[in-house]
Amino acid sequence: MREIPIPISDEVIRSLHAGDPVLLSGVMMTGRDAVHKWMHDTFIKKTRQPQGNDLRVYEEIKKILDHGVLYHCGPVVSGLDTKEYKFVAAGPTTSIREEPYQADVMRHFNIKGVIGKGGMGAKTLQGCVDTPGVYFHAIGGAAAFLAQTVQKVLGVYKLEEFGVPEAMWVIEVKNFPVVVTMDAHGVSQHSTLDERSRKVLDELLAQPY
Amino acid sequence: MQRDYTNEILELIRRTSSSLPKDVEERLRASIEKEEPGSAARGALETILKNVELARANSTPICQDTGTPIFYVHYPEGMSTRKLREQIRAAMAEATKRSYMRPNAVDAIYDKNTGNNLGGDDFPYIHFEEVDADQPLVIELMLKGGGCENVGRQYSLPDNSLGAGRDLAGVRKVVLDAVQKAQGQGCAPGILGVSIGGDRGSSYIKSKEVLFSEIGARNPDPKIAELEERLTKEANELGIGPMGFGGKTTVLDTKITGMHRLPASYFVSVSYMCWAYRRRKMTVKGEEVKYD
Ligand code: SF4
Repeated sequence: MREIPIPISDEVIRSLHAGDPVLLSGVMMTGRDAVHKWMHDTFIKKTRQPQGNDLRVYEEIKKILDHGVLYHCGPVVSGLDTKEYKFVAAGPTTSIREEPYQADVMRHFNIKGVIGKGGMGAKTLQGCVDTPGVYFHAIGGAAAFLAQTVQKVLGVYKLEEFGVPEAMWVIEVKNFPVVVTMDAHGVSQHSTLDERSRKVLDELLAQPY
Repeated sequence: MQRDYTNEILELIRRTSSSLPKDVEERLRASIEKEEPGSAARGALETILKNVELARANSTPICQDTGTPIFYVHYPEGMSTRKLREQIRAAMAEATKRSYMRPNAVDAIYDKNTGNNLGGDDFPYIHFEEVDADQPLVIELMLKGGGCENVGRQYSLPDNSLGAGRDLAGVRKVVLDAVQKAQGQGCAPGILGVSIGGDRGSSYIKSKEVLFSEIGARNPDPKIAELEERLTKEANELGIGPMGFGGKTTVLDTKITGMHRLPASYFVSVSYMCWAYRRRKMTVKGEEVKYD
């Protein structure tokens, strides 16, 4: 299987195609609903004033996300009392909830890979083409297995404010297995399968009971 | 004095979150053989099974979304449900502290996570059912993931866009539609809980209740049993596959139950359960506590 280190160059991104299974290694950051809304409202659409440590966190995550990877994941983390954090469970969460924000977030931070599950829509696909970037599909629910690929928790942002599952966890992973399902050439495996299954459905619905 | 079951319930939660029931694991294992060697579908199923073994060995959650905890408590006449509720809640908070459960209860209005899986009166969801005084105390727990919950659907029949009328033929159509719309987003392969009738609320609750039965357990009514088998088979013809990577394994099993309805309404509720089909039961007979 092809191994890809993070950060990822545009060249590598363009060489990836929907359907390719790959193994990712390097530093990535988790982010889900609260993070996307916060990024979008505070720094992209600017409908909300930065508050508290927002600006400092923004400067730091910009460095992590440039040519980096954002993972839609709400982990289970142990060691919260001692701050010796360890990922206990770290599977992907449903990505489509970030559809309103994702393309803007990718372009704004120059994110090369978004990992999640379930795939995303037309707006994000356009974001993949523009940035350029790809959508990586992880194995939903394989949380214990994926947590094992997390070598180290390097830090966390907005833990107090967003809570454990919604905070931004910076992690170092090794051989994290994913499948490219949306590529920078505008191909989405999700739309292909959606159309194909819809045809089968129509045939089934036409059959008598 | 009623005994304190907090520790036993904590153990029930640990087992439910970290150890997938055998019948589910076996069905997943059998599905691998149906997928092409080297395919993304097969790879996904293999990763899933490795994950199941790892979680069980390490007592860690099978999935990081430890879901909505749904308890069904069958308590002998005379037992205090108020105390049982307190003990369930105490066990839930402790299970969260020990990372068997992720803090999952978020105040919907103020967007604040309570941090201990306790929120209002309804989180965790606890249903009490009284049984005779000489019967054992049975506590069933299901953890229902959010991703799969989001792809659940409710239809009000007739549904003209699908040509679905108020009969089993119509039910078949809307259930297949629900599976097609879910694609891989509910972490396929899934298990379908279907309820026909009721009002919107009771119908959804029943569609989850049927998921407490084992894989392969059929509705006693042969007509419904046949529809269950047929729906599983036809859903798999859609080719959505594990995770929506394409493939032959989309649905592992279908469970249907019927309710009474108002003459005016005909609801069909489909609850989609992901492959991380976590349900366990504890039975207390005298001093003995049995888990399965
Ligand atoms: S749908 Fe199920 S397997 Fe998928 S992330 Fe949610 S709980 Fe886990």
